[in-house]
Amino acid sequence: MAPRTLYEKIWDEHVVREEPGQPSLIYIDRHLVHEGTSPQAFAGLKAAGRRVRRPELTFAVMDHSVSTKNRLLPVADPDAAAQFEALARNCQEAQINLFDMHSRNQGIVHVIGPELGITLPGATIVCGDSHTSTHGALGALAFGIGTSEVEHVLATQCLTQFKSKTLQIDVQGKRPRGVTAKDMILAIIGKIGIGGGNGHVAEYTGEAVRGLSMEGRMTMCNMSIEGGARAGMVAPDDTTFAYVEGKPFAPQARDFQEAVEFWKSLASDPGARYERAVVLKAEELAPMVTWGTNPGMVTQVTGRVPHPSSFSDPVDRKAAENALAYMALEPGTPIEDIPVDRVFIGSCTNSRIEDIRAAAKMVAGRHVAKSLKQALVVPGSRAVKTKAEEEGLDKIFRDAGFEWRDAGCSMCIAMNDDVLLPSERSASTSNRNFEGRQGKGSRTHLVSPTMAAAAAIEEHFVGIRNWSSVDGAE
Amino acid sequence: MQPFTRHTGLVAPIDRVNVDTDQMVPKQFLKLLTREGYGRILFYDWRYLPGEQPNPDFVLNKPRYKDTSIFVARANFGCGSSREHAPWAILDFGVRAILAPSYADIFYNNCFKNGILPVTLPDTEIDELFKRTEANEGYRLTVDLEQQVVTDDRGLRYSFSINTFRRDCLLKGLDDIGLSLVHEAEITAYEKKHLRVPSLHGTLDLKYHLE
Repeated sequence: MAPRTLYEKIWDEHVVREEPGQPSLIYIDRHLVHEGTSPQAFAGLKAAGRRVRRPELTFAVMDHSVSTKNRLLPVADPDAAAQFEALARNCQEAQINLFDMHSRNQGIVHVIGPELGITLPGATIVCGDSHTSTHGALGALAFGIGTSEVEHVLATQCLTQFKSKTLQIDVQGKRPRGVTAKDMILAIIGKIGIGGGNGHVAEYTGEAVRGLSMEGRMTMCNMSIEGGARAGMVAPDDTTFAYVEGKPFAPQARDFQEAVEFWKSLASDPGARYERAVVLKAEELAPMVTWGTNPGMVTQVTGRVPHPSSFSDPVDRKAAENALAYMALEPGTPIEDIPVDRVFIGSCTNSRIEDIRAAAKMVAGRHVAKSLKQALVVPGSRAVKTKAEEEGLDKIFRDAGFEWRDAGCSMCIAMNDDVLLPSERSASTSNRNFEGRQGKGSRTHLVSPTMAAAAAIEEHFVGIRNWSSVDGAE
Repeated sequence: MQPFTRHTGLVAPIDRVNVDTDQMVPKQFLKLLTREGYGRILFYDWRYLPGEQPNPDFVLNKPRYKDTSIFVARANFGCGSSREHAPWAILDFGVRAILAPSYADIFYNNCFKNGILPVTLPDTEIDELFKRTEANEGYRLTVDLEQQVVTDDRGLRYSFSINTFRRDCLLKGLDDIGLSLVHEAEITAYEKKHLRVPSLHGTLDLKYHLE
């Protein structure tokens, strides 16, 4: 057999039916469901008199609209309450596992999947959410789908899919001090553009990727979609196996050992061909900050807001002009001179224990700037929250003037009451800086957790590489 | 799903690159439980001033684009969130076809599930369509899926390619869940064959206490 990539191996393993020129029918191992994009799918299923084919492979959680304050109070927003009720009813009727807002396993769908061992190497995983690409960090094929496809998976446990092209993103060498997985993926998106990965599945390779923890790999794969790639993947290795071992839904004991043997066979074969390849040198990377209204509008913290005239394509030039007008930024402004109003540490991109630890290390013994309106830490799951509290991190944040919240999507999408007011500017560890993303008229700058923590202390972006609390090179 | 065969209608220019689905349907409207009624919401923050007063500067609020049913758009249209609310809103607004140089993958897929035809044309042809749309009030195009051509009444004729399977589904308005369920025996056979991989296909150990 010709050498195959990780993507091709998982694809081949899951083909139920294929015909030339037609999309294949592929089997879905895990279907994750949340309150935001599922009610219409369940309604459609019911209207057509169909049933959920494999409820035991379907997992539901409340995350997008949940309050991160006191969950014991009644849900204040009647629309959100209706969503929660619909999800609870749909899951009960179909016998689907639901982690409701009171469950100790509750959290952002892309945080709890890996954390509970629902996400496994070699699996096909879908969810009505574009950041499903996160799960590819474990060597799974995972991608976001629309609500019609959610209904399709509920009914058939399969999807009709065209095979994607493959894109290798090779990050060579060791990453320098202060450069995190978030900076790596922001640099990649800056390089390929936000549509650069359209039609492709990305596989991240290279020493700098191998050197990342599972949390770091999840951060990278999470933002694959921001570069247009529907899925991002990292071949499973010992880091992956050590992470998966002992997780509640993962295979145990001898089953686990057998599974590891199979998972080891998934890595791309030597000589496997990718349709496209992009190379980055880790030593050239630095902490990144977005200046515009999409994640590809990004530069190094030591850089300046670009001048629209520096873009040769007239369409890009106009986009930069619009972005700077929306962001109220002057071309040529040093990034470090940009002040922030609120800081958000959270989201499916950067809310795992390692992210929380890195931010805590930055703020320990310091205090947020007096002029800052708010600094929020929203753990990605209740398990992350509990772990952080066991380590005393909540106290570090509270002492430093941060609010320590309950788990959910929160200010990344601002569907609950964690929002920016019009024209407020944030340093945010989330994934999208689109117009209005964090509230109508909000201005978002995407950064890593260490950069966000430093911005909270200094009230503007700072080159953190001289801070003693910044992790060294890996 | 309503079939798409051939559509003639008024064209409006959405002259921005990388229009994301957050702009099409902002998050405050993602809490509705239905697929209907999103037309009023389409491009909400661009379209309305406070108090839901129409913003006169926004293209779709100009009287000449009042009965728009075709968008001409820029590259990477529909990027970002997977929310199918975006095509629901476009359809409910009255748009049946979109012409752009490229689309984000999930949005592209979602269009086909809702009877919207996203036509891909080269940049130069899209530029020409922008020019004609802006220069001629009441500019109309015909998008013919059977013939795979876009035409106007001034001699413009652009052919486009599209996957045959997607084309057939749209022409016939097929329910693709129904199509897949035709192969239920094969799905069952796949499940039986793969039960040997207990980590993925077996019954999960639900003894793990879920609360």
